[in-house]
Order: sequence, then C-alpha cells, then structure tokens
Amino acid sequence: MCLGIPGKVVEVNRSESWAVVESFGVRKKVDIALIDEDLVPGDYLMVHAGYAIGKINLEDAQISLELWEEILHAE
Amino acid sequence: MLNKLRDPELGKRILAKLVPLAQEVAGHLGRPAIFMEVCGTHTMAIARSGLRSLLAGSLELRSGPGCPVCVTSQGDIDRVIALAAARHDLVIGTFGDMMRVPGTNSSLEQERARGARVEIFYSPAEAVTFAAGHPQDEVVFLGVGFETTAPAVALSVAAASSRGLENYAVLSFHKTVPLVLENLLSDPELKIDGLLLPGHVCTVTGRRAFDFVATKYNVPAVVAGFEPVDLMKAVYLLLKQVAGGRAETVNGYPRLVREEGNNKAKEIMREYFEPVNVQWRGFGEVPQSGLALRDSFSFYDAAVRFPVDVAESPPPRGCACGDVLKGKIVSSDCPLFARKCTPLQPVGPCMVSTEGACAAYYQYEWPKAEV
Repeated sequence: MCLGIPGKVVEVNRSESWAVVESFGVRKKVDIALIDEDLVPGDYLMVHAGYAIGKINLEDAQISLELWEEILHAE
Repeated sequence: MLNKLRDPELGKRILAKLVPLAQEVAGHLGRPAIFMEVCGTHTMAIARSGLRSLLAGSLELRSGPGCPVCVTSQGDIDRVIALAAARHDLVIGTFGDMMRVPGTNSSLEQERARGARVEIFYSPAEAVTFAAGHPQDEVVFLGVGFETTAPAVALSVAAASSRGLENYAVLSFHKTVPLVLENLLSDPELKIDGLLLPGHVCTVTGRRAFDFVATKYNVPAVVAGFEPVDLMKAVYLLLKQVAGGRAETVNGYPRLVREEGNNKAKEIMREYFEPVNVQWRGFGEVPQSGLALRDSFSFYDAAVRFPVDVAESPPPRGCACGDVLKGKIVSSDCPLFARKCTPLQPVGPCMVSTEGACAAYYQYEWPKAEV
C-alpha cells in the first residue's frame, strides 16, 4: 500500500491526465492529476497505487551520490 | 542513475563507514542507539537489505506505526468484515493486504468463501472502472493508507462523481502520520534516539510537517528514501546528529521531498476529507488523526450509506502487534511469533501484511535454522 514504484515517463497526455511510465521493463498508465510540474518523456515519477505522487529530481540523486563519494574519500 | 542507489559495491563501502560511526555512538551512549522507522516500505526495505543484522550490536533498528493495515483497529477490521458478511449484494473492493487480516471471528477471505463479494484492486482508479463496468453492482472501496493513498482515494471519488456513477462509495480508514508520531513521542516509556521519516508520506506532506519531531521532542529525524543507499544515508545522518548532540528534521530524500510537499495532493485531501478522531491498534484513540469524507461527499461515504454497528474489540489474544507498532518490543519477543503466529496462520495483522514488521522479520531475518 505504501509501496512506491519509480517509473520513467514514456508518454504524457495532460488533457486526459495520464502518463505511461516504464518500471523494471513494464509499462503502465498512471494518473498524473497530482503532478503540477511540467512532464516530458524521460522524466521520472514516483507512483503509488496508480497515481503519480511526485516527480523525481535526478540532479538531487546525482548530488546525493557525489556527496557519498566525498564522504567515502575523506580521511 | 537510480540503479546506482542499489549498487552493492557502493553499499559495502558506505557500510564500512557506518559501522565504526555506530560503534562510536554506542560507546558514547553506553548502549546501541535505537532508531525507529515509521513506514511499511522501510520495514521491508530494511529487512531485505539485511541492514539490521549488518549493524547488530552497534545499532538497533525498530519498526513503528508505519504499516497502514497493521495500525487499523480491530473494530475497523471487524466493521468491514461485518459489512461483507451482511451485504452479499455489495462488492467490497480492497487492496490485497487486507484480505487475510484476522478479525475477531472471521476475515474478508473467509467471508468471500462464504459468498461475500470481495475484489482486490491495485488502485482505487481500478475500482471506479469496475463500478462503471458493473452498473448493477454497488462497489464499496476500502480506503486504507496514509497521506500517500488518501489523495488517490479522494481522486477516485472525484472520478466517480464526474462520470455520474451512483454505485461507488468509499469506506475510509485513512490516517495521517504526524499526529500518531506526536502520540508516540509523548510516551515517557519510549526510548528511541532517532526517527527515519517515511519518504513518500513526506513527498505529500513536505519535510516541514515533521519539524516538530526535533523542535518539540528533541529527537533527531531524517526523511529517508527506500533504496539501500538511501537508507544507509538516513542512518548515517541520524548517527551524525546523535554524535553531535543535535536534533533536526533533515531531508535525506531531496530528489522527491520538498519543504512544502505536494500542494496539489494536500489540497485534494483537504477538499474531500476532514480530520476525525480514530482508533489505532496499539495506540487507542488518536484525536484528529483519521480522515473521513466531508459531509458534502456523504453520497460516496460507505459509512453513511451502509452503516454497520460493530463495537471496538480487544486485539486477538496474546497478539503483541500493538507493542510492536509502538516499538516497545521487536517481533521475535512476542511469545506467539513463529509458533502460533506465522504468515500461513497469522494471528495479528503485523504477520499478514507484506509491510508488517512481523511478516518482514519472519521472511528475511528470523534464523529459522535455530528453532
């Protein structure tokens, strides 16, 4: 229920409020009514129970990994 | 790039940093630090990653009230089972986890075997589609979940309304996380050194909604993601706070969680639901922590349209699910664990739901060979 699944956007239809996302090789249509930000193919969404609840910021994911590299190389 | 967050090599290197830090903190405290997660998906992710056993001796990870099925009160479980039993003309729609949760005398699964109509849906949107395709049936969707699920269920009511469906209703058992954490943190018996906050609940509520954990209760908190590297990062950030004697609510999941959260989701939740007092397993009544459909949507409210009168019952005899949810014990401390209570013959909900602490502990961490 609390299971969130990240998916890569492959198609967006704003007027009908859905996007097709691909997760682990499986494509699924999800509702995007809760997403205010712009969406284009290639974006990543977090999907809960058929509804996207947030857009994933890949830059932040990259920064997080870089921070680890810094921490791991310190000392 | 998201795959990198599951990279075992990176995980091992981080762990090599984490263990000495945990040992240092344990040295200061004179015991291992205790961190609690409050999200069913964290329960599963921690169990699956083996993090608990990798840190054993220097850090203890416990589960809290994070599994929506598990925290549903015995009375609410009995209520939906009674509805399914009494009204074979209704179709009860539910997430799969709820099927086998034992009520006082029965379960949804048992009622289905006796002729009740129970359908499992992955999404409330599917339940609306089902209602549209079966106009002769009345569909009651069982809304169980926190801030991650409540907006989706609100949108399902919106969809039913805009499609002019008169055969769709919601039985809302929805709950919100911040108030139960207030209840938990106010308990003088609780001994925890930090909280891993639920990343997807925070995606909706925003980080700021959990500032009180640090400011009011002086407990360090980190919003945590769900990949192994995310979890280790959150544990690392908590350990750093404990080591430094600080308490802040830190966002360890910035790729999804914003300060304010998802405003659209919050608006939709507010539009459709109002806060009400609700019973939680293990906690009793927590004021204003439940979500009921507003009066203006009473046409879609199964509690109004199909009322059932069921008194609150005590939990199953011997079941310590309530203490597990409060972090007072770990699953294996329960005398029923792996003896009378197993995933095949569960006594309480914590052993049923895949997100339940006992089920996760049984599947991934319990040394079965020794017993």
